[in-house]
Amino acid sequence: MTLRNRSGKLSAFAASHAQTIIKDARGELKNPARRLLGQRILTLGGIALLSGCDLSNDKSVNTMLRKMSSFNDDVQALLFSPKTLAPTYAESMITRPFPFNAFYDIDDVPEVDAASYRLQVSGLANGKRVWTLDELRALPQESQITRHICIEGWSAIGRWDGVRFAEFLKRAGADITAKYVSLHCADNYWTSIDMPTALHPQTQLTLRYDGATLPPKYGFPMKLRIPTKLGYKNPKHIVAISVTNDYPGGYWENQGYNWFGGS
Amino acid sequence: MSYTTIQPAWVRISHWINALAVMLMVTSGWQIYNASPIFADWRFPSAITLGGWLGGALQWHFAVMWMLVANFIVYVGLNLASGRLRQKLLPVTVRSLASDLSAALRGKLGHEDLSRYNAVQKFAYLAVIVDIALLILSGLAIWKSVQFPLLRTLMGGYDNARVVHFAAMSVLVAFFVVHLAMVALVPRSLLVMIRGR
Repeated sequence: MTLRNRSGKLSAFAASHAQTIIKDARGELKNPARRLLGQRILTLGGIALLSGCDLSNDKSVNTMLRKMSSFNDDVQALLFSPKTLAPTYAESMITRPFPFNAFYDIDDVPEVDAASYRLQVSGLANGKRVWTLDELRALPQESQITRHICIEGWSAIGRWDGVRFAEFLKRAGADITAKYVSLHCADNYWTSIDMPTALHPQTQLTLRYDGATLPPKYGFPMKLRIPTKLGYKNPKHIVAISVTNDYPGGYWENQGYNWFGGS
Repeated sequence: MSYTTIQPAWVRISHWINALAVMLMVTSGWQIYNASPIFADWRFPSAITLGGWLGGALQWHFAVMWMLVANFIVYVGLNLASGRLRQKLLPVTVRSLASDLSAALRGKLGHEDLSRYNAVQKFAYLAVIVDIALLILSGLAIWKSVQFPLLRTLMGGYDNARVVHFAAMSVLVAFFVVHLAMVALVPRSLLVMIRGR
């Protein structure tokens, strides 16, 4: 088809269809209800244009997005299986160096004194409430080589040793029918997890990284390693654990990250 | 005057829902990509991304995904149930594709009858259906890489699922660009997708 030919067809097309469009439009305008609807659609479009189409700053849009995120929490709780294990890897696949990541610079990593360190347990628990580092080290230890997945998209494989969190909760006399476990950290970070994930066999109260004492940059003296959840649900430098039925939120979660944060 | 409907209402509705969902998914996906680029030198300009920051973009992405998936299931389901897939999109032979593609590139492929797709169109529409299915599956493998071990393995592991997701997005965006160019060349097709005839 040549250009001339096409433009000829176009104008013929426009001529024949313009008639039908006008006819349709006249039909629509005869009906007052349709006229009102048309007016309202145009007004809505006008408002959308005036607001610069900045959907992200609209309050009702934000409310809707938050609601969808909490709906996704429920979906993830359903998809989560206490028996499905995160994949484990060979030593040779460990990412070296393992990336440092926090909401602050590496120079601002908190220095926790091992001798004076105490882990406080509060809320719905009727067992031992204060733990020293040596007492944690005396509990049965397990090892895992798993993939840490960051919400940003990158991932890295590391080796973590420590106490199975379900075992710790048992010894702390935690009420495992409670909904949440909240975790507070020496760097003022905090987050919270669902009880089924807390009891997952790979959820670990970590004391060692790559065969050595957990270094400050990875969370000395103790962090929670959860290979079924994203990085921001793996808090470092934990000083207080609380078992509760009241939704505790979290540092990033309160700013908009999804609460369940499952993988 | 009487008309024959070329695009039934369900095709038009699902087309426009899909168009909106894809635009929101792609632009929020670009913002998410920028948080940790797969290709060190490539970032999407923030002016064309949605969400403002990683957390906002993720909220959009994981809200609109339901709209994309639900609409896609309805679209594919009705295509199969109504026989439209068989009637309008099949068969595509390599030979018809080659001859129509060469005619298209020489500017000699006509669009007089919008109710019939040429082989290039058939191939493109089928390819984009497969591509969206791949986007959904690779996205699921990234979101739930622990809970869906088989899907994770099929995608070549967590990291590779991101690459598959990115590649499928690129194919979709390429389709979108060509699709818009074709609509600009044959504006009557836009009218058909709005009015049905």
